[in-house]
Amino acid sequence: MGRKKLVWISAVLAALVAAAAGAAATTAEKGSRASKAVTLNLVAYSTPRPVLTRLIEEFRKTPAGSDINIRASYGASSAQGQAVANGLPADGVILNTGNDINDLVDKGLINKNWDKQSYNGVVWNSVVVFGLRNGNPKKVKGWNDLTKPGVGVVTVNPFTGGIAKWNILSGYVAQRKLGKTEKQAIAYLQKFYKSNVVSQDSSGSNATNTFLSGKGDVLLTFESEAINGKIPYVIPRQTMLIDVYIAAIEKSQYKTEWNAFSRYLKTYPAQKILAENGYRPVDKKAIAEFRSKYPVRAGETKITDKLLGGWRAVDKKWFDPNKSVMQQIEQSLGVPTG
Amino acid sequence: MGKWSLRVAALGYLSLILLGPLAMMVWRTAEDLDGAWAAISDPDTIAAFKLTLTVTAIAVVVNTIFGIICGLVIVRGNIPGRGFLNAFVDLPLSLSPVIVGFSLIALYGINGWFGWFQRNGHEIIFATPSIVLATIFVTLPFVAREVVPTLREVGTEQEQAAHTLGASGWQTFWRITLPSIRWAVVYGVVLTAARGIGEYGAVALVSGNIVGETQTATLRVEDAYQFAYGNYAPAYGISFVLAATAIVILVLMILLQPKESRR
Amino acid sequence: MGFVTTFLLVIVVLPIAAIIWKSTGNGWSGFWDVVSSPQAVAAFKLTLIVSTLAVLTTAVFGTIIAWVLVRDDFPGKSVLNAIIDLPFALPTIVAGLVIMALYGPRTPLDVTIGSFHFDANVTFTRGAIYVALLFVTLPFVVRTVQPVLIELDEELEDASKSLGASNFQTFRRIVLPGILPGILSGVAMAFARAVGEIGAIVLIAGNLPFKTEVASIHLFYRIEQDPEGSAAIAVVLLVISFSVLLGIGALRWFVTRHERG
Repeated sequence: MGRKKLVWISAVLAALVAAAAGAAATTAEKGSRASKAVTLNLVAYSTPRPVLTRLIEEFRKTPAGSDINIRASYGASSAQGQAVANGLPADGVILNTGNDINDLVDKGLINKNWDKQSYNGVVWNSVVVFGLRNGNPKKVKGWNDLTKPGVGVVTVNPFTGGIAKWNILSGYVAQRKLGKTEKQAIAYLQKFYKSNVVSQDSSGSNATNTFLSGKGDVLLTFESEAINGKIPYVIPRQTMLIDVYIAAIEKSQYKTEWNAFSRYLKTYPAQKILAENGYRPVDKKAIAEFRSKYPVRAGETKITDKLLGGWRAVDKKWFDPNKSVMQQIEQSLGVPTG
Repeated sequence: MGKWSLRVAALGYLSLILLGPLAMMVWRTAEDLDGAWAAISDPDTIAAFKLTLTVTAIAVVVNTIFGIICGLVIVRGNIPGRGFLNAFVDLPLSLSPVIVGFSLIALYGINGWFGWFQRNGHEIIFATPSIVLATIFVTLPFVAREVVPTLREVGTEQEQAAHTLGASGWQTFWRITLPSIRWAVVYGVVLTAARGIGEYGAVALVSGNIVGETQTATLRVEDAYQFAYGNYAPAYGISFVLAATAIVILVLMILLQPKESRR
Repeated sequence: MGFVTTFLLVIVVLPIAAIIWKSTGNGWSGFWDVVSSPQAVAAFKLTLIVSTLAVLTTAVFGTIIAWVLVRDDFPGKSVLNAIIDLPFALPTIVAGLVIMALYGPRTPLDVTIGSFHFDANVTFTRGAIYVALLFVTLPFVVRTVQPVLIELDEELEDASKSLGASNFQTFRRIVLPGILPGILSGVAMAFARAVGEIGAIVLIAGNLPFKTEVASIHLFYRIEQDPEGSAAIAVVLLVISFSVLLGIGALRWFVTRHERG
């Protein structure tokens, strides 16, 4: 009957439209690859969006980068790492915790020798700082000030954002280096989370916004964030040297181009831009030039310090979502009192 | 209850919840027009607007065709199970956008039933096709819901008359049925467009948020807010454009509203 | 019909089925573990409580607004009528920012008289969630009550008043039963919307676990890490939505049974 024919014609039409739409969308994406220019997919953590946007522009001006487009996705470090594992297109990543990288290594997405590249796979550094309110009314200077009553601390969820992990480890290391035992150090963290943490945003950028909109007295964050947000800050005596890692994705078709970008980021001109924008460079010349801007604290600890033992050990002990120190602390936050 | 106390209650509530915040947002945008404009004219923002419009246009076309056919089946078809059909069509209205996005990941993601596409270079998740699918999902009901009551009201006499006069099914459809529901369809299209442009939760999950590529206008607003360092003028600026679009859509909605609910 | 069912199948049914399937990934005990974890339970509780409060508020004020729009007349009424649909036409993430403009950190509603201080900044509190839900659910009750009110025969109300009934009595016994089905429909849709809302909440509530994290946000951030667990939470949310819809549908059926003769 006429109706049936109508239905089928419409069905075919609809299918065609949907297919055409899908094809058009994918062709548009592939088209840019088919032409001479190569398009790289960069997946990065959230806070360096402004400086990376600038560096990508500068890279295009170099001979090596003139034919390379770079598309970037920014988000919380662990969330981004997991997205890559779930299929987020990526030719390379810039993430701020070792276990985000290790997860991808374990899944075969990153070569296990990734840290044999220059500077052990680190593209820039930062340190954990306390962002403060103007005038520092609560007179916060060190880690013990953070557990004083009435001090509200803004931090990040350790299961989505990288800076949170560095914050937690810094707090732990600070206690241990002040002579506390393992048990006392963990108790400190427990108290800290129970009484003083007022916000755990999903990413570093969100935490900065939360602090800037008036919440809390202290923002635990990267030095780079404090500088870029024009937030007064103090580097506690006990702090951690934050490594930010860069790695290529194994299944990328554009390894040569990615390596060109990666190499560029470690050259002096790029490192100078980083240093001017709040990031600690790894290049020796830039380090020397900006020494006064980036003081090195006596108590600065690296992730490889024997108290921590490197990322794999840290991840298992501290951040395993099923059973770890942080998992227990977060769980205990939900226990009703009285 | 006095007339005036009701008026005050109604107006007061609307001011607190709707008018006040809206006015404040316009004010904030006006405070820093440069910052707002810089964000609006940024190429990433333009790309985001383009993406949103393209995806919404596709959803409108697809769901209009679906809506009309579905309406015909529900009202004129004599097949058992029409009640279920009606319920399923309404389903997207009560689903959280997060669940919509997640369901697409569950189906088309790397470990999903249809994961073959994702694993073999025909990316759906973290690419534009998933944004299209998500938008089609959430805007599914609107045209159908408008067509159904109108079709019911219109009745079949004209179509039956045409049939007895020898018109083919197709002719009847084009000349009788379609014109009788055209305003319902248009209204449904407007609703579809509004919902499509405004989608956030599902798209935030499936798009991959690749700046300039898979970042829709709503994701762009979040982007502008996130990296604002406390200066929200860019976010307000882009929001203003979306709010203005919403108001245009509102006006269209009022003009085209089916007569029964108009006062 | 075939086309319609295939389309629905591909677009709606299969994806939802995929979630339900995924939630069985860890077996019944895995499902229960995730769903009964303190953080998930807190999120569900918060969602249910704030949604209920918001929907009740919307029901009351929505009815009042519908009444004023239908029975009253004043300059600017048609503009007001138009604006009611704005929360529907506005992207939710923009709604969040709009609310933040008035009820955020730089709110102009900030009074300090002596030692008394009030400011309307609700960001990072449950109040933010409440206001956000009021905003997005506003159109639902108004738009479902209006058509019913228009249909209602005013003569009954006039008769009641001429017989000496107060306005309130008239409302309670004549009007309310008439518009109750409309209110219930609106409440059902508003509740489903409130429970699933994310865009308007995500920027302004702070999303603090156990304090201001609603179920949809808890789900959102969990999906990358833990698909099976997240599927379990999604299934619970689906069950909640369906139960409410069914419950209110049943209530409606009950309330209108006399009309079916």
